[in-house]
Amino acid sequence: MPEIALTAWQILLVKVLVILTIVPVGALAGGYAEHKVMAHLQHRLGPMYPGGFHGWATTLADGLKFLYKEDIVPDAADRKVFSLAPAAIFVPVLMIYLVIPIDRNLIVEDLDVGIFYLLAVGSISTIGVLMAGWSSANKYALIGALRSAAQLIAYELPIVLSAAVVAMYAGSLSVIDIVEKQNFPFAIWPPGIGLIAFLVFTTGAVAEMTRVPFDMPVAESEIITGPFTEYTGMRYIFSHMFAEMGHMVAFAGIGVTLFLGGYKPIIPWSPLEVVPGVIWFGLKFALMIFLFLWIRPTFPRVREDQLQKFAWKFLIPVSLVLVLAMGAWVLYV
Amino acid sequence: MVHPAHPPDLSTTQERCYKVPDGYFGQYVTIGIFAVVGVALVFGTLSLAKLVRPNVPAKDKYTTYESGIDPIGRGWSQTNVRYYLFALLFVVFDVEAVFLFPWAVVFERLGTQAFIEMVIFIAILAFALLYAVKKKVLEWL
Repeated sequence: MPEIALTAWQILLVKVLVILTIVPVGALAGGYAEHKVMAHLQHRLGPMYPGGFHGWATTLADGLKFLYKEDIVPDAADRKVFSLAPAAIFVPVLMIYLVIPIDRNLIVEDLDVGIFYLLAVGSISTIGVLMAGWSSANKYALIGALRSAAQLIAYELPIVLSAAVVAMYAGSLSVIDIVEKQNFPFAIWPPGIGLIAFLVFTTGAVAEMTRVPFDMPVAESEIITGPFTEYTGMRYIFSHMFAEMGHMVAFAGIGVTLFLGGYKPIIPWSPLEVVPGVIWFGLKFALMIFLFLWIRPTFPRVREDQLQKFAWKFLIPVSLVLVLAMGAWVLYV
Repeated sequence: MVHPAHPPDLSTTQERCYKVPDGYFGQYVTIGIFAVVGVALVFGTLSLAKLVRPNVPAKDKYTTYESGIDPIGRGWSQTNVRYYLFALLFVVFDVEAVFLFPWAVVFERLGTQAFIEMVIFIAILAFALLYAVKKKVLEWL
C-alpha cells in the first residue's frame, strides 16, 4: 500500500470535513434513535413509513421540512441579536467535539487542558440562549431564557466538580492521558467514588441539555418552547434541535471518555485488545445515548424550586465530598 | 522580550508562508478555524434556505406570539430574577473550580500538605454553603 503523505493543511481540511459530517449526521441519527427508543419504551411503534425500513428517513424529512419554512423575525425583536443567537448556541456545541478521542490517534486536537476546555466551551451556549430569549421580546422567551440560566448556574458545578475528580485520579487534564489511566473504567474503579461521580455527571449533563426531567426552560405545556418561541425554520433547528441533539452526543462522548474508559476495552484483558478502539468507543457511546433516551420517558418534569434544591442541597455537597474522598484515595490508598 | 535559545528553523520562504502553526498555540489555531467554520455553517445553511423558502409577508405574522391573543405590554417587561443569590454562590464555587483543576494535576507530587490546604479551602466554601442554607437564601419563593 503506498503511503499517503498529507501536508498539515490537508490534514486540517480532513478534520474539518469529518467534524462537519459527524455533527449533522449525529443529530439526525440521535433524533431517529429518540423517536424509536421512546416509542418502544411506551409500547408503540414510532415512525414506520418514511424511507420504507422502520421509517429511517423520518428525521431526514423533518430536517428538510424546516429548510422550506418561511423565515419570520418579529417586529418587536432585536433583529441583530435575534439572528446571531443560533450561531452563539450551536458553535460552542460543535467545538466540544474537537477534544473527544474516538481512538488513541483519532482526535482533532489533544489539548493539554482538554477537560478544562470542554467544560469552558460547553457552557458558552447559555449566553446564546439568553440572547435568543431576550432579543425575542416575548414573555415566554424571557421566562425560558431566565430559567435556562438558572439551570446552568445550578448544574454546571456538579459537572465541573465530578470532572475534577477524574482529573485528580489521572493527574492530567488531557483527555488521552485520562483514558490511558483507566485500566478499568473510572465508573468501576476506584470503587464507589467513580460510580457516584458518574451518576452526578450524568444528572448534571441531562440538566445542561435541558432534557426531561430538567426541561423547565423549554416546558412546552407552559411556555411553548421557551427561548425559541419566536424562532422558525433553520434558525429554530440550529438553536434548539441541533443544539439539544448535539449536546446529547457531546455529553455522551465526554461521559464515555471520562467515566467509561473511552476507546479502551471494559476490562484489561489482552484478547479484548484485538477489538479496535473505535468499536469499544461506539458500544459505550451507544450505551450512554440509550441512558439519556431512557431517562426521558421515565421521569416526570421537576419543578423549578425542586430543581434548584436538588442541585444545591444534594449534588454540590456530594461532589465536594467526592473531591476530598478522591484526594485521600490518590494519596493514601 | 525573551528570545528562544534556538529559533525555529524555517529554511525557505515557502515553508514560512504555508506552514500550519504548531507547538502550544498551534493547537488553538485549529480551534479558531473550527469556530469560523461553525459560524459559516450556520449562516451558510440559512442562506441556502433563502433560495427555497417562501416569503409571503403579512403584517400579522410579525406580531409577538402570545398564545393567539394580541400581546399585552412589551416583551421586555419586569421579571423577578429570583436566583440572584444562587448566582453569587455560583461565582464563588466556579472560582473554586478554577483553582481545583491545576491543583488536581499536581497534588499527588506535592503530597499531604497540598491536600490539607485544599481540604481547608473546600471546608471554608462548604461552610459558606451551609450558612446560605441556614439563612434560607436557597429557598425558591
